[in-house]
Amino acid sequence: MRSVIDILDLSKTEIDELIAVAEDIIKNPAKYSEKCRGKKLATLFFEPSTRTRLSFESAMYELGGNVIGFSSAQTSSASKGESVADTAKVISCYADIIAMRHPKEGAPYVASKNASIPVINAGDGGHNHPTQTLADLLTIKREKGTLNGYTIGFCGDLKFGRTVHSLISALSRYENINVVLISPDELKLPDYIKKGVLDKNGMPYTETTDLESVIPTLDVLYMTRVQGERFFSEEEYLRLRDSYILTPEKLENAKSDLAILHPLPRVNEISVKIDNDKRACYFKQVLNGKYMRMALILKLLKEAGSI
Amino acid sequence: MKVDSILNGFVIDHIPAGLGMRLYDLLGLEKLNVTVALIKNVYSKKTGKKDIIKIDADIELNLDVIGYIAKDATVNVIKNGVIIEKKTLSLPEKMVNVIKCKNPRCITTTEQELDHVFTLADSEHGIYRCLYCEAEA
Repeated sequence: MRSVIDILDLSKTEIDELIAVAEDIIKNPAKYSEKCRGKKLATLFFEPSTRTRLSFESAMYELGGNVIGFSSAQTSSASKGESVADTAKVISCYADIIAMRHPKEGAPYVASKNASIPVINAGDGGHNHPTQTLADLLTIKREKGTLNGYTIGFCGDLKFGRTVHSLISALSRYENINVVLISPDELKLPDYIKKGVLDKNGMPYTETTDLESVIPTLDVLYMTRVQGERFFSEEEYLRLRDSYILTPEKLENAKSDLAILHPLPRVNEISVKIDNDKRACYFKQVLNGKYMRMALILKLLKEAGSI
Repeated sequence: MKVDSILNGFVIDHIPAGLGMRLYDLLGLEKLNVTVALIKNVYSKKTGKKDIIKIDADIELNLDVIGYIAKDATVNVIKNGVIIEKKTLSLPEKMVNVIKCKNPRCITTTEQELDHVFTLADSEHGIYRCLYCEAEA
């Protein structure tokens, strides 16, 4: 049974097809409104996540399907000690497809090996979150018109940010992408991604601690949150934090067609004053996430022979 | 120091000095009710020092474990006091229940029935990653 646990479970061709379907859904929503009639998505959320769960649920409803599930481990049999494997087997009897979020890394993989229906990883700890990456890719495609040939800056926590790691992996299959890594030294992109993804795929990259100096070169800016708990000293955190907050002043020298992305939730790393700037794409990104989830649900249900 | 020659069994030679005890543990040799010798810091022409393990029994030896810990070691198979085969080792592609994932966020920390599986991610540097969470071994 085909599942999507990691963004690299999808080939470049498949991702391009998903993007094409999502763009068609945007143009012709009525054409898709009955595609999943009579089908059920089980949203198994072992930890709270408002946006991702509601995105999956609205995606399934807009395809004409139904949704069952739970939104925290306390309201599931996990609180009684049921294993992920057993939960996956049981839910396979009720639903046609699963979207699972779990605080333990690898839990959706275990579910996929035990379920008889497709499993979509909706986030497992700090590990993978493939549908966020699909949302990011569709946003870049819609804003820049292509997924090839641009300079993308990743700013903030590049060490622990799973969305950054996944997006870099996904982009490594496209052509002529320059990567600018903007972070404090404490939160630099791990070496295994620099060597294993960027170097391996011949993606040129530069590293800097200074957002303002590189912002004029960027076509896409992917912001993430610098979290206080990642620092050893509060003083150091406070000193660095403001360097990575995007303000209208910092945008003064940016390109007029820059696309600013953020996986959300935002705390303070993007000033709300930027929200009305036409370059701010993070709320469009949320909407794009729903379209890509619709496209992915359709693809996996088709491959499973359910629709 | 005198350690008797073995009649039927194995001599794991050229183990990098200091890794013999770890290999002894991972091979589960403490559970065997046969003669086993772990000799540490033996003089070696090639590396200066090495460890050697001798097992005086024809047991099922997990070569993946030896390849993981000491891929440059040699395994001599002894029959009737004579070396009949020298096994060469390589890094195994996959290891099941040899080592445990140390990532506290890994699903294997809460689901006890799961096998601990590591796959070879980088053969040049001998890096293994957990099948579930991809944490480095």
